[in-house]
Amino acid sequence: MAALSMGRKSGFGEMLGGGPLTSIVLRLVFIAAFDAFAIFTGWQLLRGAVAPLAIVLWLVALAITVVFLRRDAMPLRWIMPGLAFMVMMHIYPVLFTIYTAFTNYGDGHLIEKTTAIRQIESQVYLPADAKTYTWLPYEAPDGSYALWLTGEDGSQYFETSTGEAYTRQELEEQGVTFDSEGKPVAVGDYTPIPANRRFAVLPALQPLTFGNVELGVKITSPTRAGQVRQKYVYDPQQDAMIDQETGVVYANVQGTFTSPDGQTLIPGFPVIIGADNFQRLLTSPALRGPLVTIFTWTVVFAGMTVLTTFVLGLLLALALNDPNLPLRRTIRVLMIVPYALPAFISVLIWRGMFNPVIGVIGSQWDPGWFSSPIFAKVGILIVNLWLGYPYMFLITTGALQSIPADLYEAAKVDGASGFQQFWRITLPLLLVAVGPLLVGSFAFNFNNFTIIQLYNNGGPPIPGTPTPAGYTDILISYTYKLAFGGGRGADLGLAAAISIVIFVIVGAITIANFRYTGMLEEVSESV
Amino acid sequence: MSETLSKKKVGSLQAQRRFNIAWRLVVALLAILFSLFPVVLIFSTSINPVSQVTVTQLIPENATLNNFRRMLGDPQFPFARWVWNSIKVSGLTSLFVVGLTSLAAFSFSRFRFRLRQPLLRTILLVQVFPNILAVTALFLILLNIGRIYPGFGLNSHFGLILVYLGGAMGFNTWLMKGFFDTIPRELDEAAYIDGASSWYTFTRVIFPLVRPILAVIFILTFIGTYADYLLARVILTDKNMYTVAVGLSLFIGEQYSQRWNLFAAGALMAALPTLILFYLIQNQLQSGLTVGAVKG
Repeated sequence: MAALSMGRKSGFGEMLGGGPLTSIVLRLVFIAAFDAFAIFTGWQLLRGAVAPLAIVLWLVALAITVVFLRRDAMPLRWIMPGLAFMVMMHIYPVLFTIYTAFTNYGDGHLIEKTTAIRQIESQVYLPADAKTYTWLPYEAPDGSYALWLTGEDGSQYFETSTGEAYTRQELEEQGVTFDSEGKPVAVGDYTPIPANRRFAVLPALQPLTFGNVELGVKITSPTRAGQVRQKYVYDPQQDAMIDQETGVVYANVQGTFTSPDGQTLIPGFPVIIGADNFQRLLTSPALRGPLVTIFTWTVVFAGMTVLTTFVLGLLLALALNDPNLPLRRTIRVLMIVPYALPAFISVLIWRGMFNPVIGVIGSQWDPGWFSSPIFAKVGILIVNLWLGYPYMFLITTGALQSIPADLYEAAKVDGASGFQQFWRITLPLLLVAVGPLLVGSFAFNFNNFTIIQLYNNGGPPIPGTPTPAGYTDILISYTYKLAFGGGRGADLGLAAAISIVIFVIVGAITIANFRYTGMLEEVSESV
Repeated sequence: MSETLSKKKVGSLQAQRRFNIAWRLVVALLAILFSLFPVVLIFSTSINPVSQVTVTQLIPENATLNNFRRMLGDPQFPFARWVWNSIKVSGLTSLFVVGLTSLAAFSFSRFRFRLRQPLLRTILLVQVFPNILAVTALFLILLNIGRIYPGFGLNSHFGLILVYLGGAMGFNTWLMKGFFDTIPRELDEAAYIDGASSWYTFTRVIFPLVRPILAVIFILTFIGTYADYLLARVILTDKNMYTVAVGLSLFIGEQYSQRWNLFAAGALMAALPTLILFYLIQNQLQSGLTVGAVKG
């Protein structure tokens, strides 16, 4: 009994992370279960050709195993669960995005190379000298089809769309009976399709290959079928596809098999293309134009939002920061309602108010709240002012109250006017206190997708751009359009490249902010 | 003579003070009008039987609760479902966030170990790169997870929660660690001397003391998750799976002008959960807890 509870002293228990026996057992069970889960899931991911995700999962599992088995890693056990989520769902996606920015990932380049090769190799062609047959269709209850084929030399075969093939002799040996026309009455679940439905099933039969893949049979006309051959064969030595019919070599050009005269095979696969995406952003005139517009507006939008909300919030805080003011609490509660409403609701309400037909503002005065590039921007800034000023009011009120009163006393003694007091005392001290929050607000609005998307989907559209872009689009909503916009196709590599640009800008701002507030130094001091 | 003069002075001082209060009240009134105008308007629209905006009357003619009834009952808008989805996703996310971060914060606050500093910094720096920018990668991850565990893939609430939990640590851990640091270490040392394990100390000694900050982080996370639009929109594709943010914007947005009064009723109901939570932590919001909760 005593020995059991003193497990922490035995060398074995120590090796397993230490602690009382029950906690050792619990820990081992947990690690075993988690590792089993990780190994199974990772293996499944590998089979689905998603190796990076599998590797990350295994690394996380390895870290968890080590941390829970080593006694000296005890403090990390508490952090590990949160850290695991952070690595899997935050750090890994961010790294993956950085990687994607250097690839041509996107429509036409979505699947892995091995899968793409397999798909291309499954294409077949009908050689000129192909053996031809007449055919009769069969179907099974599970929706698969089969053909009864009669060759010119009288040889007969039964071939299914699931890859089975039998000669007449084999069927006879299996005891299949034949009708007066000489075709099988039924083979397994397959029964003949009556002649009057023959044309109805033609579209379903046409894409299918019957019998085995290399020597399969395809329908070539409503009455005839022919033996096909594999059209493309991948040659790993040349890293190219060879057309068996014409002998043309399709070389691998940036993830697309391309013939010397520019013909391409679909699908392609993602490959690393270096800094091409970034180069396109900077040099392609069709991309650079809208990008400059969008980038400028992103900075103006975030900057003006911070400026307008801060000025209004500060003025109100100055006006209402009087201890003699009655109903102060009530005023505050009513005033900060916009801050308490979820932004997606507020923006939609304002969209209704600006609506030229039904809106309270738009029906009275509509300079083009959604159609004019200028006024759509003005509208967005008004909405964001409404959304953001209560926050600024709250933080500036808090900061105002923390400015020591004796500073003002001293200023009064020295004969400073109220105006001077504001410029020389209030504002500098206030900016020291709320400055980092203003920078935080700038960084937040830099990526404020909700307001842009819900107000007008980034519109009105900029005419003549190769990728969908609008005058009120900010970088993040533009990225979203590139990746998920549909219509003109997803260009995930380019979207990722713009994400990197945002990462760099927002990252630099935020890190500078941390430096300024000493948030990073705080760690070293408190150790 | 001097008496009357000082009386006059007092009188003018009082007048000045009254004027001082008066203009401040006027400013306050204007601000409140600006803040509440859209809200009052949406309230008025929500009880309007016709889809139009009346500015002339606060209570429209033939005021009706039909819009609310239709939003909740009409199978064309699974609105109640959306609100429930939002509450479920936000509630579970917040619960996990509080759990994960309080564990981590306890360790950072109470133990001294080699990786402490680098980890604290990493957690903070990772926040610098918002995960919404990696939304494509997150989409692909869920696509692949969904092939193995459909309940955690695209168009699933648990998949969405997984994504939210990736951003759980960050500022929350810092906020909580700061709060944990203010609790005297003598308390847990006393527990250790009595033979308690760290787990016991955490759950029985520290946890009850940090409940207020846990509540604040729960509510802040809830409000933030409830209002998320981008991730929910990318990940949830089925009408019945939408959160209320996606549902209201996409579904109502299609024929916005015709459904303006319905939208208004929905907006009021959808705002209710966060509105209540917000006012519960109003005071904490002003006292500097706002660093990680920027909005607008």
